[in-house]
Amino acid sequence: MYAIEVKGLSKNYYQKKTGKYAGLGQLSSDGETVEGVTFNVDKGEIFGIIGPDGAGKTTLFRLLTTLLTPNTGTAKVDGFDVMTDLKEIRQRVGYMPGKFSLYQDMTVEENLKFFATVFNTTIEENYALVKDIYQQIEPFKTRRAGKLSGGMKQKLALSCALIHKPTVLFLDEPTTGVDPVSRKEFWGMLRKLKEQGITIIVSTPYMDEAFLCDRIGLIQQGLFLQIDTPQGIIDHFAHTLWAVQSNNMSKLLTDLRRHPAIDTCFAFGNVHHVTVSKPELTTSQLNDYLTEIGHEDIEIHAIQAGIEDCYMQLARKG
Amino acid sequence: MEIVIHTDKLTKQFGNFTAVDNISFEVEKGEIFGFLGANGAGKTTAMRMLCGLSIPTSGKGLVAGFDIEKETEKVKKSIGYMSQKFSLYEDLKVWENIRLFAGIYGMNSKQIAHKTDTLLQQLGFESERDSFVKSLPLGWKQKLAFSVAIFHEPKIVFLDEPTGGVDPATRRQFWELIYDAADRGITVFVTTHYMDEAEYCDRVSIMVDGRIDALDTPKNLKKQFNANNMDEVFHQLARKAQRTDN
Amino acid sequence: MSLYKQFIKSNQFLSFVKKEFFHIMRDKRSVLILLGMPIVEIILFGFAITTEVNNSKVAILDPSNDKATLHIIREMEASKYFNVVKRIHSTSEVETTFRRGEIDMAIIFGNNFNEKLNHAGGAQIQLVADATNPNVAVMLTNYANSIIIQYQLDQIRHQQLPYQVKPEVKLLYNPSMKSSFNFVPGVMGMILMLICAMMTSISIVREKETGTMEVLLVSPMKPFNIIIAKAVPYLVLSFVNLITILLLSVFVLHVPVAGSILSLTFVSVLFILVSLCLGLLISTISDTQVAAMLISGMALMMPVMLLSGMMFPVENMPKPLQFVSHLIPAKWYIMAVKKIMIEGLPLKYALKEIGALCLMAVVLIGISLKKFKIRLE
Repeated sequence: MYAIEVKGLSKNYYQKKTGKYAGLGQLSSDGETVEGVTFNVDKGEIFGIIGPDGAGKTTLFRLLTTLLTPNTGTAKVDGFDVMTDLKEIRQRVGYMPGKFSLYQDMTVEENLKFFATVFNTTIEENYALVKDIYQQIEPFKTRRAGKLSGGMKQKLALSCALIHKPTVLFLDEPTTGVDPVSRKEFWGMLRKLKEQGITIIVSTPYMDEAFLCDRIGLIQQGLFLQIDTPQGIIDHFAHTLWAVQSNNMSKLLTDLRRHPAIDTCFAFGNVHHVTVSKPELTTSQLNDYLTEIGHEDIEIHAIQAGIEDCYMQLARKG
Repeated sequence: MEIVIHTDKLTKQFGNFTAVDNISFEVEKGEIFGFLGANGAGKTTAMRMLCGLSIPTSGKGLVAGFDIEKETEKVKKSIGYMSQKFSLYEDLKVWENIRLFAGIYGMNSKQIAHKTDTLLQQLGFESERDSFVKSLPLGWKQKLAFSVAIFHEPKIVFLDEPTGGVDPATRRQFWELIYDAADRGITVFVTTHYMDEAEYCDRVSIMVDGRIDALDTPKNLKKQFNANNMDEVFHQLARKAQRTDN
Repeated sequence: MSLYKQFIKSNQFLSFVKKEFFHIMRDKRSVLILLGMPIVEIILFGFAITTEVNNSKVAILDPSNDKATLHIIREMEASKYFNVVKRIHSTSEVETTFRRGEIDMAIIFGNNFNEKLNHAGGAQIQLVADATNPNVAVMLTNYANSIIIQYQLDQIRHQQLPYQVKPEVKLLYNPSMKSSFNFVPGVMGMILMLICAMMTSISIVREKETGTMEVLLVSPMKPFNIIIAKAVPYLVLSFVNLITILLLSVFVLHVPVAGSILSLTFVSVLFILVSLCLGLLISTISDTQVAAMLISGMALMMPVMLLSGMMFPVENMPKPLQFVSHLIPAKWYIMAVKKIMIEGLPLKYALKEIGALCLMAVVLIGISLKKFKIRLE
């Protein structure tokens, strides 16, 4: 049995604010049939949902935590149907919404205690599970949640979501706006939870976090572009990819884009990533071309694609 | 080279908590200056002081040649500001937003009308001229917000995490706008949590516990810390942090 | 019943209520507003904002200067409404004194006042009042009139005419005509409405804003319990305020509770229930605390102030407004409180008001329960 089984799931709603349809799944151009999303998550897996704001990540989380009812399709969480088995699901999932910010005017301990009682349990009962995380903030247990640092807030929020020993944990953008150090630490905590058999569904806009997941789904405009292991997604990257740099990076960008054999060119850190549409083009040919138009210190290497390269390629097609 | 930001032992204390601790640095005209640091390292406080929104406890700061303590009005006129949280008025149309912000900075109607057309053309937004900002996708909004922030040709533009939550392709288009602005001589002062974006900057400073612990070009920083990328540099520095913020 | 007990006993519920109290008590501003507001309002309405006219400045032109005029002037000076500040000597002086803003009213006696009153059967007295504030002017002339009439009546009594009809004015329920008798019920209606509706809606919407509501909905806690737990602290606070208001009105404003406390409590609970439901409804239609505050301010406070009869009598309003006022729960509550508390009538005389409130409670609870969904949409 899968921890999560989703078939043709969609939830489109008209956004009065934008005047457009948003959510999960996509209406066909005639507006009649709906293409939903389908995927499964194994027990004890960390499944990452990666995509920008407005791609449908939050809608998917709300559907799976029974906060929304789907327009089409079915979804099962831990074997229970999101439409009919509301009670069972709410007993066994942990959920950290995107804008979750705890009760700022209550202390660390009061927050945790409160969420424990809401889930009909006590801190003592499930202390083992949250121990590793909670111990780090325990010295501050009498401090109000509003006075904690970003990293500590996150730990407290995770402790609160875990206090009732959920079998499936939903984390909606837990690392957004958090600095890279705290982010890395957070992912370390998730790995430990995975070892205890908890299934984790986590969304993130940071592509570099993809490799910390067992499998990822790249999502755009309500549909998955691809679902696979991070390595699998990279292996599927079908283009030749070069990293190019020179002494004038911003001129290099326009010059490369002008080259007829070059398909795409994007800045990636200190280099530009270039996909080549004509296989005849060699790195030395490109080097000559760039030297001719005045670039110096040119370096061109063939490189392996990263998740972000894959996402941009897939998004272009989609 | 013209210096547009100059700080000398700039310090801000809240009670006995030193949010910004004796920072001294200079930024040159047309530079893209990355201002990095962990949450709570003091970035926001420092940026507020530079924008003339907060008075330093001690030390000195000059922005566009004006004293940040005594000539705040002049400082404000020479800078542009954009953050992830506040960018544009959602319930105003695209052109109305441009008009409003240009008007705030004292541009006249003729200038505004002319520049609005050029701007929308450059962004490829001509068809969205009369759309409400709220109906634009996030990435578009951020690009528009940036263009509006530099519409009055400020000397310096401050960007506070401008690309949070934006999809990768748009994020890069955004950076291309930043490059354009820098080429035109506008100094860009930017904070970000994306470490690959740190590589796009001409120079990067990294704040730890209110101090600037490193400041150099990305290339030199990587050499100095014997790291492959800025992410590693950042981790080496930020891990030393003693204090927890707020 | 066992289910109910389980529900009340449940630790879950209690800890939720405890949490709500934390929120209230830890925000110093809200504590101040919640507990201080009734005191401030009672004092404001009781003393500062009053429709009574006290110590108005009066000028007197008395060419007769006889027994009758002296008596009337003495009566005027003795009354708390008037303060004779000036004696004038010619009618031309009247206007200049008014212009200088020295007086609110002038009393002009005719010549040979006493003689004409007793023998010619028609003495002249003129009351001149500044009508820029018509209400005050009318009130002043009325007070003065009643003093003059009283004097005449006394005169007639002294003459001991055998078949003299003695008209006697008796002011019911509020013999001293104090405006606090009108305002206390009004303030009660306003405060209870404000605390129950505004504070409940804000506290629910706040949880929407911080994302905690999503977590609570996903928890096994029943949404209905969440709502009840949210309402309990405000119910308690409302009672604290009710008691404060009653104590203040009895001991500070000297407005007695004429009727039964039990009946008053019953009507108040009914009204609190209606207000809580309104708050709940507002929370379902607003997404931010500011919106909740604006909606409760505009949709609840304004009508309560203007249309409930607290400030302006409903009978004098145009028909369409009168109809609208029927839809305002506070109007019925204020009417019921006036009957029970001020007039001291038994509960059965307020049946119409209670009926209206019951109907509103049933309808609003129905809508609220239907609107408050266990899901987000």
